[in-house]
Amino acid sequence: MSTLEIKDLHVSVKTEEGDKEILKGVNLTVNSGEVHAIMGPNGSGKSTLAYSIAGHPKYDVTSGTVTLDGVDILSMTVDQRARAGLFLAMQYPVEVPGVSVANFLRTAKTAIDGEAPKLRTWVKDVNEALERVTLDKEFAQRSVNEGFSGGEKKRHEIAQLELLNPKFAVLDETDSGLDIDALRVVSDGVNRYSTQGDRGVLLITHYTRILQYIKPDYVHVFVAGRLAESGGRELADQLEAEGYDKYVKAAAQA
Amino acid sequence: MTATQTVAEALELSPVESHLHPAGSFNLEDHAVPSGLEEIWRFTPLKRLRGLHQDTPLDGEDFKVEVDAAEGVTAVSVPAADSARGVSGYVPVDRVSARAWEAARSVFEVTIPANAEIAEPTTIRLHGEGLEKAAAGHLLVRAGQFSKAVVVVDYDGSATWAENIEVVLEDGAQLTFVTIQDWNDDSVHVVTQHARVGRDAELRHIAVSLGGDVVRASTSADYLGTGGSVEMLGVYFADAGQHIEHRLFVDHTAPRTKSNVEYKGALQGKDAHTVWIGNVLIRKEAQGILTYESNDNLVLTDGATADSVPNLEIETGDIEGAGHASTTGRFDDEHLFYLQSRGIAEEEARRLVVHGFFNDIIRRIGVPALQERLVASIEEELAEHVGRIG
Repeated sequence: MSTLEIKDLHVSVKTEEGDKEILKGVNLTVNSGEVHAIMGPNGSGKSTLAYSIAGHPKYDVTSGTVTLDGVDILSMTVDQRARAGLFLAMQYPVEVPGVSVANFLRTAKTAIDGEAPKLRTWVKDVNEALERVTLDKEFAQRSVNEGFSGGEKKRHEIAQLELLNPKFAVLDETDSGLDIDALRVVSDGVNRYSTQGDRGVLLITHYTRILQYIKPDYVHVFVAGRLAESGGRELADQLEAEGYDKYVKAAAQA
Repeated sequence: MTATQTVAEALELSPVESHLHPAGSFNLEDHAVPSGLEEIWRFTPLKRLRGLHQDTPLDGEDFKVEVDAAEGVTAVSVPAADSARGVSGYVPVDRVSARAWEAARSVFEVTIPANAEIAEPTTIRLHGEGLEKAAAGHLLVRAGQFSKAVVVVDYDGSATWAENIEVVLEDGAQLTFVTIQDWNDDSVHVVTQHARVGRDAELRHIAVSLGGDVVRASTSADYLGTGGSVEMLGVYFADAGQHIEHRLFVDHTAPRTKSNVEYKGALQGKDAHTVWIGNVLIRKEAQGILTYESNDNLVLTDGATADSVPNLEIETGDIEGAGHASTTGRFDDEHLFYLQSRGIAEEEARRLVVHGFFNDIIRRIGVPALQERLVASIEEELAEHVGRIG
């Protein structure tokens, strides 16, 4: 069993007006086998949490800890974190011109596993992973995310999730901008991953829509840079009915 | 009447006053020694040209030419007086070119017969064997009607080399013409190339510049008939102290012609300098043409300079499309973050990004052996710096 533990995490970004604190003391523990949904309004710092865990250079951790099975990951480089077992599915996957999906996936798999995947089975694995997210296998020959539609980019993220099979997956608004068919394909992929039983999911979303397809064990309300409330699935139903207003007002008064 | 005059008079063009296309002259006296302030010389380090632009004799003979001609292609050296040079309509546009024209004693003529389709590339290797005496060369490539062929000119060794290259595509010809500057770091090469593209002919012009102390390649193309198409692809990699300059000029002299110019370069090390000038002129006669030019530079370290100047001059509004783009930047942090977030170490991620950057062009060259060689050359260049960045 693995544990991803976030303790009193404070994160700032540099702006023209100086450093601005976005995360103001986040506490969260995700164990393997669990699916946590983090829900919050725009600008609450949800994406900052995702990128800070992954190690994006734009975000400056000013205090607090993030550990994976007790090991500090904040001192690791971005790639070391990935090799330690973290995966971030991005809201806006980056286009990398001239680098084919096939080459990218093989290089990533080799880096994660510490050895090159077996040629005989790898091509088949890639084709199947693409097929499961309804991407044609010709996508393997295209440049990474270049010219992909929004939905294709998201499905490509999920294909990577399944091929790299990390210990913990952070999904940053993977549901945004998807039509209902794509949402189902993406959700199926996340469910295949999580039902392995020994993987943890941190699902960041603005909408409750995806929770019809992915059933979280825990739901957290994220407002103004910290968790405002935590509960079970019923909390999502309450948010669906009432929205974030109550929490936003409370945070503004605090 | 000579062949040159016939061809020149076949082109009835309205005069256009523009610095993009200086009037040429065979008379050396019409080309003053440049001071470095002239528009066409202002980026070039004249002091490092070893007098090619002044009066240094161009009578050196310290070079070797090896030819590997595909079956059906003739490739022979002809005394300048007996050669067909000038058939492209080219008239020297600068002093180095005019001097090389005057000094060249022979012309290397490569001829592809009409209707011949030849898959195997014809390769000319020019190997420089000394810098002390500057030398002049002239190459003429003629692709006959409806022929299809690949010609590669491969430069290496050490030389101080002034050169004119003419490329003529008769109607319907398809020619891939490749130059590879793989010189030693001490070579100086100033080359002027002109291509004349016949009706419905297709020229793919590919320039690869890796070696040399100073390389200045000026390439122009015009069209003798409608429907001609020119693609100019370039890949260059400048290291510390190197000056690599490409000057492109596409002169749309006929209706419904096409041009696409795409150059990509990387720079690394102190005083690495690249220059890209992309000129396109759309003449009044050139209705319905389509043109696009782009240049992208990837600056890998501090201390390197990339100059990039696209120019478009339009004399008619009745065109299908015209555009240009130029970018110069460092590694994109978002590219690196994305790759690293998938476990790929930073150095490997940088290598992937640079290969990817060039791959866009390399995969379109269409000569597999050359593509492989280029990927390997870029890998070698990268070993110098990329591993140590950051």
